[in-house]
Amino acid sequence: MGTLGGAGLAAAASPARTLGMEGERRASQPRSSGLPAGGAGAESPGSGAPVSGSSGSSALLQGEVLDLDEDEDDLEVFSKDASLMDVNSLSPMIPTSPLSMINQIKFEDEPDLKDLFITVDEPESHVTTIETFITYRIITKTSRGEFDSSEFEVRRRYQDFLWLKGKLEEAHPTLIIPPLPEKFIVKGMVERFNDDFIETRRKALHKFLNRIADHPTLTFNEDFKVFLTAQAWELSSHKKQGPGLLSRMGQTVRAVASSMRGVKNRPEEFMDMNNFIETFSQKINLIDKISQRIYKEEREYFEEMKEYGPIHILWSASEEDLVDSLKGVASCIDKCCKATEKRMSGLSETLLPVVHEYVLYSEMLMGVMKRRDQIQAELDSKVEALTYKKADTELLTEEIGKLEDKVECANNALKADWERWKQNMQNDIKSAFTDMAEENISYYEQCLATWESFLTSQTDLHLEETSEEKS
Amino acid sequence: MEQVPPEPERQLQPAPLEPLGRPEAELEAAAGEEAEGDLEEGSEDRKMTENNFWLKKIEISVSEAEKRTGRNAMNMQETYTAYLIETRSVEHTDGQSVLTDSLWRRYSEFEVLRNYLLVYYPHVVVPPLPEKRAEFVWHKLSADNMDPDFVERRRIGLENFLLRVASHPILCRDKIFYLFLTQEGNWKETVNETGFQLKADSRLKALNATFRVKNPDKRFTELKHYSDELQSVISHLLRVRARVADRLYGVYKVHGNYGRVFSEWSAIEKEMGDGLQSAGHHMDVYASSIDDILEDEEHYADQLKEYLFYAEALRAVCRKHELMQYDLEMAAQDLASKKQQCEELATGTVRTFSLKGMTTKLFGQETPEQREARIKVLEEQINEGEQQLKSKNLEGREFVKKAWADIERFKEQKNRDLKEALISYAVMHISMCKKVGLVSLRTEVCSEVLTHFFETKFSYSDQIIHHFHF
Repeated sequence: MGTLGGAGLAAAASPARTLGMEGERRASQPRSSGLPAGGAGAESPGSGAPVSGSSGSSALLQGEVLDLDEDEDDLEVFSKDASLMDVNSLSPMIPTSPLSMINQIKFEDEPDLKDLFITVDEPESHVTTIETFITYRIITKTSRGEFDSSEFEVRRRYQDFLWLKGKLEEAHPTLIIPPLPEKFIVKGMVERFNDDFIETRRKALHKFLNRIADHPTLTFNEDFKVFLTAQAWELSSHKKQGPGLLSRMGQTVRAVASSMRGVKNRPEEFMDMNNFIETFSQKINLIDKISQRIYKEEREYFEEMKEYGPIHILWSASEEDLVDSLKGVASCIDKCCKATEKRMSGLSETLLPVVHEYVLYSEMLMGVMKRRDQIQAELDSKVEALTYKKADTELLTEEIGKLEDKVECANNALKADWERWKQNMQNDIKSAFTDMAEENISYYEQCLATWESFLTSQTDLHLEETSEEKS
Repeated sequence: MEQVPPEPERQLQPAPLEPLGRPEAELEAAAGEEAEGDLEEGSEDRKMTENNFWLKKIEISVSEAEKRTGRNAMNMQETYTAYLIETRSVEHTDGQSVLTDSLWRRYSEFEVLRNYLLVYYPHVVVPPLPEKRAEFVWHKLSADNMDPDFVERRRIGLENFLLRVASHPILCRDKIFYLFLTQEGNWKETVNETGFQLKADSRLKALNATFRVKNPDKRFTELKHYSDELQSVISHLLRVRARVADRLYGVYKVHGNYGRVFSEWSAIEKEMGDGLQSAGHHMDVYASSIDDILEDEEHYADQLKEYLFYAEALRAVCRKHELMQYDLEMAAQDLASKKQQCEELATGTVRTFSLKGMTTKLFGQETPEQREARIKVLEEQINEGEQQLKSKNLEGREFVKKAWADIERFKEQKNRDLKEALISYAVMHISMCKKVGLVSLRTEVCSEVLTHFFETKFSYSDQIIHHFHF
């Protein structure tokens, strides 16, 4: 045991587990499953098509599949009563119709099969008497049937994103919801509407929505659809639906109370998961800090470099015999300066956002673990109550039955999503570091070429001069 | 093998002990390649000309530095660094060298030597000493004179100074310089006996001359501007370079933190342990590669610094010229006024104000005898003045001629040296790119990712390996 503890930047040795998940779509490519223990425990009540990872079946994803239309209905129901039921607890469907076969293929995370394209751009400032805020334009293009049209354009502010995230978390407490960029950055940011800050946030929000769109379950969430398509007034009225503030507060209180009780029977696989998350969180935070620091240092280096080249030009004005050499050196320095700038922007566009997103993900994951634990704790407390209280046994037993289902679903949802998440994480981080390596290599190549050509020009000149002197 | 150099007394006469201003003495001391050693005995001529290129026969090196404690002038304990100067004579037949002299000197003695040379060879662009205190530092270098890196760089600088002096056609023949290399004890007394400190032009006088001189040679004025520009641009360059170095150091060292994270992670990691450890190791190598890089850069900075200080040496020559010119102008002015006075006395007209005239008016005329006496005195003074003016003129022209010869020599040396420095700067960068690029290649990713990288970019990787192979 301990396979779940495998962290690491390379994906090579990590097999994906294919489990029969109720209603859970599997997005990652199945590979030979080398996992013992945990995998076998996939037998969940009502599981229709349990799958053990078979080596060689790399083509079609095997797993439970929901038909698109049915799913929509479920979500409809779901969004009105978001407290208990998870999508997963619905009766499983067996793929029979050609349409569902097509849907099945679609569930793989491949870009060319995407049917929902979202962009976030054009931040705009809005000033009202009470406040100032920024909205972002969101353009959605889709070929999906359940959308009324194929193109939508709406404007949303950060609060709306927060709302969406909250709804998704409510609906899928043990799914790994993509993280939102922070509300504000604590240190160093005085101006909330600083350009860099807005741009960074915009990119992160873009990522957020696209990750949801790529998620096999979340992509069909009704609130998500509303978010993407509704006009401003429609959205506000939609927001007002759903459990009121008081009931949500009640939930929170219960959650806190149960978490204080602690989880006694966390299954081992979740213990491993928890350990992994803790280690990962620690490491990714460090890497985030280091990467930010490197960026800052490189920026300062670049700023100083900018001044360095021109001094040589200045000097060449008073040295007739050294004009070529000095101007040559100046141009080399300037070129290296530009190469540094390119490297820096590479860093800020590829590595930093990825690492930072995973920092937020790691916090997210801890939240997911907590929620799973809470669900289990509820069950445990009822079981405990049953053993002590003799009264209301029937009611309790019924409740326990429901809760057992709930725990089962939650666990399965998490396990499946966990695999998908890990796969993505390894890919993302690996490619981020690989990109950075490529950037670095190209940087040194450029600098090398620049200096070498200067050297050749100088030594050629020198040879000319010495031969002139000799002759 | 003849004793090289020949006995001190036979060597070119020591720098003049007579007051400056005697043309013959100066010429003697400063005989260049031309055998103005007509003044020497004929038999020494051959030896003189052989001595001209002393450097061919002598190897000078400052080979060691040592911390010492002693008591200073105020009888307080102090710590200082002493440098070992070794002189070797090279046998011309088989090229082997034999150690002829070795002694220890401290920085302050070098300063004395240089000040002496400045006084006795004002027309020469005297090579500068390495800096007394570390300037243009970036954060890593301490400004502490005892820092081993600083001491090492200073050792090289001092050696460079001695080599420059020894390869200068004029300076190399100086006796005091020779004694500096050969006579450990008593050197200070010997040099003080020349009385050079007294002969030094006062700073105030020089400053005065700079402001008041009317017709300095235009070339010197231009040279002064040039040296100001040179100094300002090199200072600026060194300052920015120091800041750039500081930042670059920061970038590399932060990468070292990656190394630590990866290493720690590898300790608890089961699957990717080796990859992470290797990545961690390479990060550390990358981070520490900056130390060598910056050390090389420091040598480059020292080369530039030498020319920064040379600017001051150039200005010293200009100042000397201004002083002489001013002196000349003053003498001419003085002569003119005396002549006028004489004329007035002779003709009896008073055109200019003079105290004598006033007192005469107030207290009555002087007797004809008194007047005659005064005229005679004036005429004597005028004669003397004219002689002086003539010799000053001659001096001035000689100075300008010799100075320009040395300045031309200096210019060529500077162009050669700076060009070389810039080229070696490029070479330095090239080797750094190669070295670091290769490390970077291994570093940023652990080996498995690297494998993946190479798999997908096979031909590109071939190119890289070829490029970075050294």
